[in-house]
Amino acid sequence: MNTGTTPKHPLDGLLRTDRIPHIWCPGCGIGTVFSSALIAISSTGTDPMKTAVVSGIGCSGRGAGYVNLDSYHTTHGRAIPFATGMKLAKPELTVVVFSGDGDLFAIGGNHFIHAARRNMDLTVICVNNLNYGMTGGQAAATTPHLAKTSTTPMGNPEVPFNLPLLAYASGATYIARWTMLHTRDLTQSITEALMHTGFSFIEVLAPCPTGFGRKNKLKNSDLLRIYQEKAIVKNGANPAETILDLEQGITLGKFVDYDRPTFEQNYARIISN
Amino acid sequence: MEPAVLTGEHFFNGDVACAEGALAAGCRFFAGYPITPATEVAEHMSKRLPRVGGVFIQMEDEISAMAAILGASCAGVKSMTATSGPGFSLMMENIGLGIAIETPCVLVNVQRAGPSTGLPTLGAQGDMMQARWGSHGHYEIIALAPSSPQEIFYQTITAFNLSETYRIPVLIMADEIVGHLSERVIIPDPAKIKLHSRPRPKGRKDRFKPFQPGPNGVAPMAHAGEGYMVHFTGLTHDERGYPVMTAEAQAEMMERITGKVRRNLDKIIQVEKYRLEDADIALVSYGISSRSSQAAVDEAREKGIKAGLFRLLTVWPFPEEIVCELASRVKGFITVELNLGQIHLEVQRCARGMAPAILVGHAGGSAITPEEILANIEELAGRVQGK
Ligand code: SF4
Repeated sequence: MNTGTTPKHPLDGLLRTDRIPHIWCPGCGIGTVFSSALIAISSTGTDPMKTAVVSGIGCSGRGAGYVNLDSYHTTHGRAIPFATGMKLAKPELTVVVFSGDGDLFAIGGNHFIHAARRNMDLTVICVNNLNYGMTGGQAAATTPHLAKTSTTPMGNPEVPFNLPLLAYASGATYIARWTMLHTRDLTQSITEALMHTGFSFIEVLAPCPTGFGRKNKLKNSDLLRIYQEKAIVKNGANPAETILDLEQGITLGKFVDYDRPTFEQNYARIISN
Repeated sequence: MEPAVLTGEHFFNGDVACAEGALAAGCRFFAGYPITPATEVAEHMSKRLPRVGGVFIQMEDEISAMAAILGASCAGVKSMTATSGPGFSLMMENIGLGIAIETPCVLVNVQRAGPSTGLPTLGAQGDMMQARWGSHGHYEIIALAPSSPQEIFYQTITAFNLSETYRIPVLIMADEIVGHLSERVIIPDPAKIKLHSRPRPKGRKDRFKPFQPGPNGVAPMAHAGEGYMVHFTGLTHDERGYPVMTAEAQAEMMERITGKVRRNLDKIIQVEKYRLEDADIALVSYGISSRSSQAAVDEAREKGIKAGLFRLLTVWPFPEEIVCELASRVKGFITVELNLGQIHLEVQRCARGMAPAILVGHAGGSAITPEEILANIEELAGRVQGK
């Protein structure tokens, strides 16, 4: 609660201040991404009463619980189909999906590719912390090859998805990747994504010191340094040529931004024939 | 635009009658996934919904279909999905979410024989306990069982009304035989169809608590986009909708979501008593099996055996009080269902050893014949005679 003595936070109107303190660990990157999303929402000028946030399960999924908008914390992996139903039932809503990499791309991967294929008019923000944070740092579909997690103690035998490429191949019409250090670009991208008609996807790399960091002997400052030093900003890069490699480099930027009819537009056209 | 209510006389199969019932009830969103023997519900909705101002979407699976109807309902639109066993299993996850976030919706299960892929084109009533307990955790659910295309039409309207009144997912537990059987269906004038809608908030938006129960135990529901800034979560939550991770909050929430059903059983449960007044042998049945049961009762009566039928239109919550009462005055129960004993467990429980209870059922794939039931009535009547 605000008192006369504490200065009012500029995002107070969009925060459920009665739910703060939040559950995120010290040094966690989710909060920064969350703030960028709120700044973007308030800067688009869209009516907050007509904006809904939907999330799945996981550390990032808790975001829905802190935002003072209509907010729905659903089941693991199912934020996108829930949001799809909501958007189709009330097209005037701006529907934002805010969730993590495990939620959106492992258990919820099927829903992601199909919503992108339909070009559903949703904005999907994925906080990628390279592992399952909430459950204590297990391997995800985004964990780098050979990285250690609590379920890959000798190193990850699998290779991760390249999310922008997956989104592109599936049909997303707006795709960007940033890290939580690139707040200005990130906020700009989220703003554009909110204004974009069609399926928008933004991947944001954010450190998870508690899970991924600890298992890989990377302090929070190490992770942030990697995100800063390895960043290669390449707007318009072909998603197939983007990389996410903590040693080789991390391609960032807005990669895709084009228009094609959304599900809603196609449906309206076809049924009126 | 076409009329949503096709008043008149039709020849429909159960799946189509179900879809027409949904439209008459005001359903304007359907998300589904093709599956035998429920596909015709989706096909019919895909044709009709856009013509009455609604939306149909075929999702990537039944998990997403169930999630999508919850999302649509949270935005204020009456929503439905339809499936069969394998899809029903996938929907269990989000049925639980619907229960926890108290979101009205209707889910039709046109049952086929299982387990697993089972007999896709042949009927069974094997998912009755799954309907009751299939999603994890303890909860109450409402499930109806139609026995004909005409009845599924009306039950679909009832299902929407109950789901709206109590803010709860409602299940229609049909079966392949009813789903594919074509019969006369009379659709009344829209003015004759009584529709209910969810309780809605009044008063100050900033003071609104989305899960604070109203007079009948049901909280008014605010929709996305109305300015109430609600928070819905599948986590245990308080009346504000905020997660609270304590045993006390869990007990309170469970009381809210189960109490609204437990305290309104008399308004929810619908049953039919057929020749039961003086019956010695009470058949308990539902859905397609209740039709064979009724025929068997008539044949038994012709042979001088006092048989009657207790037909469940509402299967869950189970009408335990009535069956307990029956147990004190009949000489025996026969449960008739297309499984190896599911609702039968409830009948046995309520019979409390006061009257023997036997099962006439098989594993699915064909309807139970009146002859089979009659033979059992005769056998049981002989056994309990003079008792
Ligand atoms: S476990 Fe990781 S992702 Fe989750 S809150 Fe902590 S630091 Fe953030």
